[in-house]
This record gives sequence, C-alpha cells and structure tokens, in this order.
Amino acid sequence: MTAKTNRTGKASKSPASALVDPVREANEPTSLLARFGPERPLGMDCGVTLDRWQIAYQTYGKLNADRSNAVLVCHALTGDQHVANTNPVTGKSGWWEVLIGPGCPIDTDRYFVICSNVIGGCLGSTGPASLDPATGKAYGLSFPLVTIRDMVRAQAVLVEHLGITSLFAVIGGSMGGMQVLQWASSYPDRVFAAVPLATAARHSAQNIAFHEVGRQAVMADPDWQGGRYLDGAKRPSKGLSVARMGAHITYLSEAALHRKFGRNLQDREARTFTFDADFQVESYLRYQGISFVERFDANSYLYLTRAMDYFDLAADHAGVLAKAFAGSKTRFCVASFTSDWLFPTADSRAIVHALNASGASVSFVELESDKGHDAFLLDEPELFATLRGFIGAAARARGLA
Amino acid sequence: MSDVRIDLSLIADMVEPGSKVLDVGCGDGALLALLASRRHVDARGIELSREGVAGCVARGLSVIQGDADTDLGDYPDDAFDYVILSQTIQATRAPRRVLENMLRIGRRAIVSFPNFGHWNIRAQLAFKGRMPVTSNLPESWHDTPNIHFCTIRDFVGLCDTLGAVTERAVALNASGSDIGVKAPWWFWNLFGQQAVFLLRRTGPASPP
Repeated sequence: MTAKTNRTGKASKSPASALVDPVREANEPTSLLARFGPERPLGMDCGVTLDRWQIAYQTYGKLNADRSNAVLVCHALTGDQHVANTNPVTGKSGWWEVLIGPGCPIDTDRYFVICSNVIGGCLGSTGPASLDPATGKAYGLSFPLVTIRDMVRAQAVLVEHLGITSLFAVIGGSMGGMQVLQWASSYPDRVFAAVPLATAARHSAQNIAFHEVGRQAVMADPDWQGGRYLDGAKRPSKGLSVARMGAHITYLSEAALHRKFGRNLQDREARTFTFDADFQVESYLRYQGISFVERFDANSYLYLTRAMDYFDLAADHAGVLAKAFAGSKTRFCVASFTSDWLFPTADSRAIVHALNASGASVSFVELESDKGHDAFLLDEPELFATLRGFIGAAARARGLA
Repeated sequence: MSDVRIDLSLIADMVEPGSKVLDVGCGDGALLALLASRRHVDARGIELSREGVAGCVARGLSVIQGDADTDLGDYPDDAFDYVILSQTIQATRAPRRVLENMLRIGRRAIVSFPNFGHWNIRAQLAFKGRMPVTSNLPESWHDTPNIHFCTIRDFVGLCDTLGAVTERAVALNASGSDIGVKAPWWFWNLFGQQAVFLLRRTGPASPP
C-alpha cells in the first residue's frame, strides 16, 4: 500500500539511472540477505518443501547484550524490507519512516528493528520472480502457493539465524497484522508484545472478491503469458496497473477521495467529452497504477493476494479464534480506524473478543481518521501516542530501560 | 496519595493484592493506575470514549474500547477476581444485565454509585418540584448521561433479586466520610451521598 502518494501524478522521481532493476532485485537484493540450503529447508502449508531459499531483510539500531530488544516489523501486501531507509527501487523514503527511526515511537536508538521481505514477495525473498535453481529460469506459476503462516515460518528461521530467541515486539498493519497474529499464535513464547493494526483474523468475502478482480485483471493481460512473462521482455503492465487502481480505491475512503480531489478536473477548464483522464481522481489512480508496475512483480501480486485470501486463523483451531491464543502471555495492542472499510473495526473487535476470551492482556482503540485503510501508514498522531504508551509500558515490563 | 478520590481509595482497599481486575467504564484510568500501583493487580479496563481509551493505553494500561451494555457478554465465566463498576451503573441501558454479567465473569463485583435517595435530592424534588442538580450530579435532566438512577435501597433490592451476597457495603456522606457500619439502611439511604458494594454470587456463574 502507498504511504506517499502524489496528488497530481507528477512525482519528483530520482533519475532512473540511480535506481536498481526490480528483476535483478528479486534475486540479488540491495539489502541484507540470508540464504538457506537443504540443511534448513522451508516446509510450506501446501505440502511443498523449499530446499534452497532466501530471505531479504534490513535492520536498524543495535541488538542489546541480552538480545531482548528486537522488534520485527511485518510489511503489508505491496510493502518490502525497506521500512526505514530510502527504497533502492523507487528512490522514495521507507514506507514506515513516520513510525520507525531515532526518537520515533519505535525508537531505533532503543530497539533493534528487523524487517524482511515476505516469502512470495519480489524484493529478494524467494518468490515467483526468483530463479528456480532446478531450471535456471524464474519460477513463475511453478512457485508453490504461499500462506501467511509460511511467511511467518520463514521469518522465524531468520530471527533464529540472527541469534534471537524472543522478540520484544512484532508489529504490522493489514497483511502485516495478519503475520503479527500468526506469530503470536504459532510462537507465543517468542513474542513479548504484539501490535496488529488495521487487520483481521480472517480475510472477508468482500476482500477476497476485490483480490479476485485484481488477479483477473493481471491474468487477462495477454502479456501475462500464463505467468511466463519473465522469460521474455514484455510485462503485464496494463493488467497489474488496473489491479492496483482498483485495490488503491479500497485503501482510501469516500471522504478522503472527496477531500483530495472532489470532482476537480485535471489540468483543464472543461470536460473533453472523451475517455481521457478528465478528473483529478482518474489521473491520480492512473499514476498509482503506472508507478506500481515499475516496482512490483505481477505474479508476486497474485501470490500475496492469495495468501491473504487463505488466511483464517480460527480455521486452524476448530473454528474458535480464542484457541489460537490460549494461555498467551503476550501483551497485545489492537487498533483500527473509523473510515477503514477494508478492515473495519468489527474485524479488530473479533480479535479483541477472542483475546479476552483467552484471558490475554489486550488494549484496543478505534482511532478517528478519514484516511481509510491507509491511515495506519500515515502521520496519525493519535496512533503514535497510543503506540508510544503501549511500547513504553511493554519495555518497562521487559526490563528495557 | 492524599489527592486520591475517597471512593476510589475505598474500592482499592476492597481488592486483594495481586488479583486480576476488570474496571468497566474506566474513564481516564485513574482507578486502574491506583490499583496497579497500590495493590499490584493485573489491571484491565473497558471504556466507551475513544479519548479515554487512548489516554489509558498511552499510560500503559490494558484497556479496550467497548460498551458495558454490549461487550461484557463476550467474557468467559470467572475471567476476573474482581469486576468493578465505578460511578457508571446509572449510565447503563440495562443495569440488571450489566450486574448479572459482572457477577458471572468476576468472582467478586464492586459497584459504586450516587444515591438518589439522599436527603438533598429528595428535598429538591419535594420542595422545588425540579429534577435534582447537585455537586456530584451537576448535569440537568436533559444533558445527563445518567438514565437509570437508583437509591441504596433500590440497589439492595436488585442484589436480593439476583441472589448476590453483600460482603461489604459502605456509604459515604457529602463530605466523603464513612457512615458508621451500624447505621440502619434507612439512615444510609437518607444520608449516604454515594455507596460502594462488594458483592459475590451464590449460585454457579452460568445456569447449567
């Protein structure tokens, strides 16, 4: 999802030459990288085991002597490991720099922050854009279907690889929040505090429907070529762009769209009586679509939307969500936003009810914002005050001075 | 601790140290903070207002945004040692159901409330013919969130109906002093400006 968007579609981009090639980035990322071989295979929910896989990540701050101050940040659908540094592909600032950095609510002077690209992603962790060691070509659709639990399994291996047995906090919004919930459920003893934001314990029928529209847009593009486009030079840019445009609407709200654009016309005095982008909102969406395809792999988009669709934490516990958190000692902070209709407050309340039923320590607040689902990525002072308080109290309880 | 409200201090004294407590309608978290610091309890809260919850979480308290009338039903039986309703029961839509839920999810319930049978309130109705406005109930009838006032006798009646046992009851007069334990109910009902009850259920948490 997009933290930084340009109102008129005229982004000031860094010179293209300074940026890296996204296809190369999928295999040789401009970030830290952990490679694993047959000695540490990754078993996946679909039944496939990856014998050779890699996970790309970034870290910020210093791990303390006790190794007790590590914070894992989980990214959303189209995010990446570049949470608090300039993104090498887009040249833009990190996607959560408002929250993570020196003196920020997640203070990199105090905490050791880790953020990794999810399995199935396209910024250096193994996914459909990675080269299949068996063929030497990109996996494409031969890559196994990924789940949220697979992503978390891979992160757990990385965390172990970094010599950390217990995370101080796991935090993320949207698909990142799903990973936070999965972490707390799969590895309760390794998560001291969990912060799932603007998320759900299962993807709703409406959200699966939106994702399906996006996938069909990608697959309807002839340049998609049954997923084998990376063998040639063409990319399914039109399809992926349309998918992004549709999805982007779901990240905003009617009020935010009205406030930003209203019915204003784009660089013109009157309607043109054509299908040109007369309205600012059309121009904005087209820009969102076009800039997205420059940085994201179309197959990866199919895989990650599918992973969200499949997510239903209660289903792994006989349909009772509270059982997913039974006996949990983790302290939770759940937050939703009033104008988020993609992951509405009711989804967060369902998580809170389950946590209460399991006796877990939980705080929950619905924050006032008209910015829709994207609010969790934006400069929301109420969110920051809540997180500062929660993380500060958790740090005191953990003995992190 | 001298600036702590007397009713909050009284509630804190009723709570066993180290217990697990839910404060329903916890406001800015003053009671929870007091319980955490003085009685070292595992303090949880529910609060209706967004500002209240954000303030509590920012203080490091475990508080969720919720409604006493609708959200208590989601908690399992005996989830807490104490469930506290401080100066809130008169603002609930269904006080009886709220109290039933409190007795179900807590091994003990503590309820404090303003006594609508206090002589000053009776006098305002009797002599002025107007709905009472007092220092601790300052809102006019059309502005008040308090929709279910009761007297101490009324509350005792509800406890009897629900089969709740009063383990301790304290009435405070207008200056905040404890009215003697030996005073009869009618005296409490006339001179108590507010009351605090420590209750427990007699039967099982939920009917079999």
